[in-house]
Amino acid sequence: MTRLKIHKTYKIFIGGKFPRTESGRYYPINNAKGEPVANMCQSSKKDFKNAVVAARKAQGGWVGMTAYNRSQILYRLAEMLETRSASFIEELNVLGLSKKAAEKEVNASIDRLVYYAGWCDKYTALFSSVNPTATSHFNFSVHEPTGIVAAIAPEKSSLLGLVSVIAPVIAGGNSVIALASETKATSSISFAEVVQNSDVPAGVISILTGSASELMPHMASHMDVNSLVDARGEMKAAELNITNNVKRYLNWANKVSNQDPYLILDCQEVKTTWHPVQTNAASGAGY
Amino acid sequence: MEEWNLSLAPENAAHVQLKKKYELFINGEFQKPFSNKYFETVNPATEQAIALVAEANEKDVDQAMKAAAEAYKPWSKLSGAERGKYIYRIARMIQEKSREFAVIESLDGGKPIRESRDIDIPLAAAHFFYYAGWADKLEYAFPMRKPQSLGVAAQIIPWNFPLLMAAWKIAPALACGNTVVLKPAETTPLTALKLAEVIQEAGLPQGVVNIITGAGKTGAEMCAHPIPNKLAFTGSTEVGKLVYKAALSGNKKVTLELGGKAADIIFDDAPIDATIEGIINGIYFNQGHVCCAGSRLFVQETVYEEILVKLKKRMNTLIVGDPMDKNTDIGAINSKEQLDVINRYLKIGRAEGAEIYQPNCKMPELGNWCPPTLFTNVAQSNRISQEEIFGPVLAIQTFRTIEEVIDKANNTPFGLSAGVWTDKGSKIFQLTKALKAGVIWANTFNKFDPTSPFGGYKESGFGREGGVHGLDAYLKFD
Repeated sequence: MTRLKIHKTYKIFIGGKFPRTESGRYYPINNAKGEPVANMCQSSKKDFKNAVVAARKAQGGWVGMTAYNRSQILYRLAEMLETRSASFIEELNVLGLSKKAAEKEVNASIDRLVYYAGWCDKYTALFSSVNPTATSHFNFSVHEPTGIVAAIAPEKSSLLGLVSVIAPVIAGGNSVIALASETKATSSISFAEVVQNSDVPAGVISILTGSASELMPHMASHMDVNSLVDARGEMKAAELNITNNVKRYLNWANKVSNQDPYLILDCQEVKTTWHPVQTNAASGAGY
Repeated sequence: MEEWNLSLAPENAAHVQLKKKYELFINGEFQKPFSNKYFETVNPATEQAIALVAEANEKDVDQAMKAAAEAYKPWSKLSGAERGKYIYRIARMIQEKSREFAVIESLDGGKPIRESRDIDIPLAAAHFFYYAGWADKLEYAFPMRKPQSLGVAAQIIPWNFPLLMAAWKIAPALACGNTVVLKPAETTPLTALKLAEVIQEAGLPQGVVNIITGAGKTGAEMCAHPIPNKLAFTGSTEVGKLVYKAALSGNKKVTLELGGKAADIIFDDAPIDATIEGIINGIYFNQGHVCCAGSRLFVQETVYEEILVKLKKRMNTLIVGDPMDKNTDIGAINSKEQLDVINRYLKIGRAEGAEIYQPNCKMPELGNWCPPTLFTNVAQSNRISQEEIFGPVLAIQTFRTIEEVIDKANNTPFGLSAGVWTDKGSKIFQLTKALKAGVIWANTFNKFDPTSPFGGYKESGFGREGGVHGLDAYLKFD
């Protein structure tokens, strides 16, 4: 007697938990032969808003950690993914990737996490500056996260693409709400399980599934989102209400196939601090 | 107390060479506008017209853009070192004409001659001098990347620091190999037009810098034009959002320096007398027409009475009046329109229940004037502590703990600047880390330097001007 296979309904990942979508709507994911293999949540505006609230709550603590600590947590993500690589290869294979291609994608995803783990405590040292002002002041510029980043992950690559968007954003101390690949989202939500089992604080990473065209306007207009990453390059930015709180629009369509510290900087502010220096100069500096 | 009357110390304006009528500076020549229209630029301290200035229409904008696009071809192929030498030359010529520039700036904009002479003009020259040196060193600023120029930059600047803002825009754009169409504000076009003369005299290739004049409509034409690859805007958040929209529509790179409502935070261990000077400089510098002005004062309760008494005493000594007098502290409000805005907020403040204090100072009969003003008994939700007034108006609130003041300071859609006054180093670093703003002044305020990046968080815009970080705004990468 053949055993009937269980089709998993994948939930979404918000604030460290796996709720079902508030919308009560689901859509099927098909394998290469067009047969349904799983059901995914059709996330709604309300799901996104909940994720932003969780992201804001988490962000202060995340950026408040030492860079060394953040670095170790990203590395921990890589460790967790490595130990589960077989199931990820299987999951990608079901959706049509060859075993070899699936293995390559999983390995690249792990290595990408390690790459950005290493950047956490280095990019500020490379890209900050001490500025030699012509007055008697000590003046320096450092990077700080913009805060909350809403991101549309690539459609084709559901694991490597997602990791390539999330890693540089959180390496810089931001919280991220990522919309996963619509048609291949299974491994994206499995990655959320990896996130939950690592040490990433709840809310720093949220992962939603569903339709980009439905969610894009809400991601673009939300007043508490600071940056908008569009890794598909499909967003018609000028038609959406991005300008309402002057959030950044970042088109990463051709950028996430590589690893690059400049992606970390894309979601950073530059903060400059001045302080007088007491001197004996006749020019009369100091306060 | 005996009143001290300072003798008048007027700056001589006789050496200044101004034309009666200014044309548009396009392709290296001063040209009559297609619009055939001119508007007056007025001295806000005397209400007298100084000169007529051309109003650029759609056709004029188009011609300027085409000139810039044509000039871009040879200019972008010039070596960085050669580009740099042109920019150095402009810096030197501004220094040589600094006296004339300073006088024109004060005549046209109303700011005290002391400020235009000691701050605006020297900093403008320094900005050109600083970025000149970057032109042949760009690769060092971006490791593992190939920086490339963008093309034509359309730049729109405000009326509060006319020549300085022109320098902030033009210098890095040229250093990075771009060409420029710049529009100064309609109330303060003269120093930019004087700069056009300098640029002509410096022998900068035709069309590399084009300077056109007009109001908001001209600016909108610039943003909507297909040629520019880059929009750079300094001004209000309201207009900035329109510029951003235009940039998104046209797929243009954009940087925005918008409004602010800076918190200036006073702890009880601050050096009080120095702090008083800092508060005064923070809000009354340039009549408060400063996007980064310290317009929200937060004073720790234990020193509130002392600060208030000393602040009022110091305000009583401020001299409001003739911008051309070297003793003047607060000059003329830039325009009638802006004076109306400020007066409207003074009314709003009173209606919201805040208490107003203004020293009883003598002000000239003609011209636009506003005495230094402070409001006490202000609530966090009051419009005078939420909205940018852009005038010499300070809203004072008190606080008890650090956590409380961080929350209050960050509770604003803006994030341009902030100030902290305390004698304790660790407290400074706690505050500067927690405050969401692009520029933090600790035990000082309103300091600027070409080497120091300037720009804001949140609705204060994005991108930086100044320093190594200011280069990014005018470059693209593979």
